[in-house]
Amino acid sequence: MRTAAAILRKDLLLELRTLETLPSMALLSISTFVIFHFGLNQDSLSGQLAAGVFTVTLLFAAMLAINRLFVAEREQGGFDAFLLAPVDRTAMFVAKAAALFIFMVALELVAVPAFALLLAPPRLGHSLAGFVLLLVLADGAFAVIGTFVSALAVHTRARDLIGPIIGLPLMLPALIATARGIGPLLRANSSGSPQLKWLLVLALYDLFNALLAVGLFDYLIEE
Amino acid sequence: MSTHVRHLRGLTVVTALMITAGLALTFFYAPLDAEQGFVQKIFYIHVPLAIVSLVGFCLGGVYGIGYLRTGKRVWDMRSYCAIHMSLIFSVAGLLAGSIWAKASWGHWWVWSDPTLVSYLIVILLYCTYQPMRFSIEDPERQARYAAVFSIVAGAFVPINFIIVNLSSEYLHPRVLNLEGGAMPGSMKLAFYTSLIAVALLFATLMKYEMAAKELRIETRRLRRRLLGDDAGPLGRTASPS
Amino acid sequence: MQLPHCVGEMRDAASTITTEGAAAAADGGSPVVALERLSRHFGERTVLRGITLELRAGQTLAVLGRNGAGKSTLLRILATLLRPHAGSVKLFGEPLPRQAWAVRGRIGLLGHEPLLYRDLSGRENLTYHARLYRVPTARVEEVLAAVGMRQRGDDPVRSLSRGMVQRLTVARAVLHSPELLLLDEPRSNLDPAAGDLVEPLIGRSAGITRVLTSHDPQAALAEADLVLALAGGRAAYLGPPDGLAPEKLRSLYA
Repeated sequence: MRTAAAILRKDLLLELRTLETLPSMALLSISTFVIFHFGLNQDSLSGQLAAGVFTVTLLFAAMLAINRLFVAEREQGGFDAFLLAPVDRTAMFVAKAAALFIFMVALELVAVPAFALLLAPPRLGHSLAGFVLLLVLADGAFAVIGTFVSALAVHTRARDLIGPIIGLPLMLPALIATARGIGPLLRANSSGSPQLKWLLVLALYDLFNALLAVGLFDYLIEE
Repeated sequence: MSTHVRHLRGLTVVTALMITAGLALTFFYAPLDAEQGFVQKIFYIHVPLAIVSLVGFCLGGVYGIGYLRTGKRVWDMRSYCAIHMSLIFSVAGLLAGSIWAKASWGHWWVWSDPTLVSYLIVILLYCTYQPMRFSIEDPERQARYAAVFSIVAGAFVPINFIIVNLSSEYLHPRVLNLEGGAMPGSMKLAFYTSLIAVALLFATLMKYEMAAKELRIETRRLRRRLLGDDAGPLGRTASPS
Repeated sequence: MQLPHCVGEMRDAASTITTEGAAAAADGGSPVVALERLSRHFGERTVLRGITLELRAGQTLAVLGRNGAGKSTLLRILATLLRPHAGSVKLFGEPLPRQAWAVRGRIGLLGHEPLLYRDLSGRENLTYHARLYRVPTARVEEVLAAVGMRQRGDDPVRSLSRGMVQRLTVARAVLHSPELLLLDEPRSNLDPAAGDLVEPLIGRSAGITRVLTSHDPQAALAEADLVLALAGGRAAYLGPPDGLAPEKLRSLYA
């Protein structure tokens, strides 16, 4: 855990110094909302359509972070440095997943207000608690699957292509659950609380993938 | 003949016999569907193809575990061939299934059938297997990453089916049972014979592919021994080498 | 360069490091590095084949050979970064790769890559490494002083000259007081003054067991107790430096 904390600290410090990932994620999400506004020719969205637009936007932004997650390790010797140290390999997974999770939360701090402002989904304020709960679980899926896929892709030659094409199908179940969970919350007659089913599906999918990724991560970073 | 592939000839003969039997039963024994007519017969092909390919994908994951545990190249080869063959079978199954869907539901593609949708997602995931392998140059890393992929993807197959099922149950109750739980006896016989035939076909083709690969590796090894280390660079490849 | 006024602090730091190294050398007896018929291949190309040698505590092994002879591969195997494919490797008596975890903290690698993040400062980089190795952060200042980089310690690594980066790399490699140093052309990019600066840390006087490669074979021979000359992955010569005939040496690089 101390090792994971050290890596996470280093990653956040690097992001603070370079500001490479987060601003791009935020900009991309806002641009995506604008594109959806024109593409759908709607000033406001509600229900399942709004949920779909928001989920896809999150996915786009997450893809940026996922593509960059291990690039510094790969290009600046971070992997070697880490492998030389007498520490548990899983710490790297924990730290990177935590970093990705933090990036996603930070992005949502911008993207959710922008979504409310630009596409005015009804009842967002009313069902905010359930909405946030679903987002946290979705962020868990992005973090776990994203870290795994990023670690897999970073050693390939075409990592910018390999990451998304493997990541999208793997994330689909989580995206289905997120979109279906958010949809009813943004209807005009929303009750304000999400269906338990989707919360459970997301939580279980997070857990399942986390266990799988922790078990297999060592094989991905070894030389 | 190669070291890891045995009984190829016997298997081939049995497979050919089973396929003949399966086709004969399908066309001459199984009842003609009252509503859909002759086209319905494709059911005896596409469902076995789908089932076998999904089992094959999961098998690829099991072989992947074998590779990570032992580090022996033959496990990587098995995993690769299982997934490669499954991908071919699954695309064939998807096409055949699409024809069947057109015949029985009137559409080439229906989103309301979760089995079809989740099957598509699984195929999309496995389509990335070869590009991923091809994009890793170090053969050892290639095998290791492929094994990790095969395990994660193999575990993904059932989970994905469950979640996609959940999502459509909610909107559209399922009317059709693809697995045909309520088949009359004559249908059952034809169906299970076809299933076994397709499974045998899978095993046979996989073994042929493995034999070919091992032969190629052996040839290259001999060539290297003959010509020395500079027998020409190894072309980049997605398959185990 | 700010050499003059930090000479004092750097001497102090250097002397403590030297005693630690000497202590490590003293408990010798069993070999620190023992290779037996070590082989490693990349795909079908063999990079190292049948290397057998023993290196005792405090000794220096110079690995010679032209580019692509397998020098860096050998160092990476000893650093536990690559697995041996055949033969056995023992470090401090522990077999690799099975017991790699047991020896990792005792090895310091100075390779071609600095293993430092360009956008972080030297101090931040070393602090990160100190946390990875569970070394008290006070040690960071100690090694920064020893390589004369305290003044520029807060500048991002990307803004430093190659020589300064190399000094930081030396600091990184000795941060956790390793008992075995793996040095891949350690003095590249260092001017003579900086070379003198790092000598107490990674030089012969540090008393640490070392495996080193150098693009300057004469200098490497002068430092070595044992020489391994590699040609096409095979040991073309293994023995004391004075046993290596000049024409043999020339043919290695021809």
